[in-house]
Amino acid sequence: MRYLTLRKRAEGFGSAHTGTEHHWAMTISSVGLTFLVPVWLYIFGKALGQPHDVVVATFGSPFPAIVTALLLVVGMRHFAMGATVMIEDYTRGTTRKALVIGVTLLAWVVAATGLFALARMAL
Amino acid sequence: MAEPKRVDRPISPFMIGPYYRPQLTSITSILTRITGNALIVGVVLAVWWLLAAATSAEYFAVADAVATSWFGDLVFAGSALAVWYHLLAGLRHLYWDSGRGLHIETAEKLGWACLIGSVVLTVITILLVQ
Repeated sequence: MRYLTLRKRAEGFGSAHTGTEHHWAMTISSVGLTFLVPVWLYIFGKALGQPHDVVVATFGSPFPAIVTALLLVVGMRHFAMGATVMIEDYTRGTTRKALVIGVTLLAWVVAATGLFALARMAL
Repeated sequence: MAEPKRVDRPISPFMIGPYYRPQLTSITSILTRITGNALIVGVVLAVWWLLAAATSAEYFAVADAVATSWFGDLVFAGSALAVWYHLLAGLRHLYWDSGRGLHIETAEKLGWACLIGSVVLTVITILLVQ
C-alpha cells in the first residue's frame, strides 16, 4: 500500500520532470515517420544516380518535395530528441550539455539546409 | 549541515559484460539506438547531395560522384538496413506500448522479426530502386 495521495503522485511530473511529454512526442513522430520513410526511400532511391536535370525536376515537383520536407522536419526533431536521450544516458556534466547542444543544432542545420535545397529546386 | 557525500556512481553501460549476459531482447534493443543515431551519416550525405543539386551542375557533379561511389553505396545501403531495422523496432515499441507482446517468447519472436525483416526489406528496397 502506498501512502501517497493522488495529488502527490501527479505533482512534479515524476522523475522525468516533464511527465510523458517526450515519450508522447516520440510516439507521434514515429507514426508519422513510419509512413514517410518507405515513400521517401523509393523517391530518393529512384533519383539517386540520375542526371542533374532529372534530380532537380524530381525534387522540384510537389509530392517528392513535400515528402522530403516533412521527412527532414519530423525526422530531424525525432533524431535530436532520441540522440539527447542517448547522450543523457552515457554522459554527464559539461560533456552532456555540449553534446546535447551539438546534436540539437546539427539537427536544425541539416533540416534547414535540406529545406533550402528543396525551395531552390521547386521555385 | 554536514558535507554532502559525493557518490561516484558508475555510468551506463557498465552492466554489459561483467554483470549482464547479452541476450536477443537486449541486443535488439541496443541496436534500435545504434541504428537510429547512425542514420545521421546517411541523412547528412543525402542532404549535401540535395544542396549540391540545388546549387549548380558543377557542384552536383562533385556530390554525385561521392554519393554514387563505393563509399556512397556503402553509406546508403547501410542506412537502408539501419532505417528498416529502426522502423520495425519502433513498431515493436508501439505494440509494446499498447500493453501487448511483452511475454519473453513473444518479445524474442518480435526481435527475430526485426532482424530478419530489416534484411528482407533492405534487399527489396535495393532491388526496387536500382
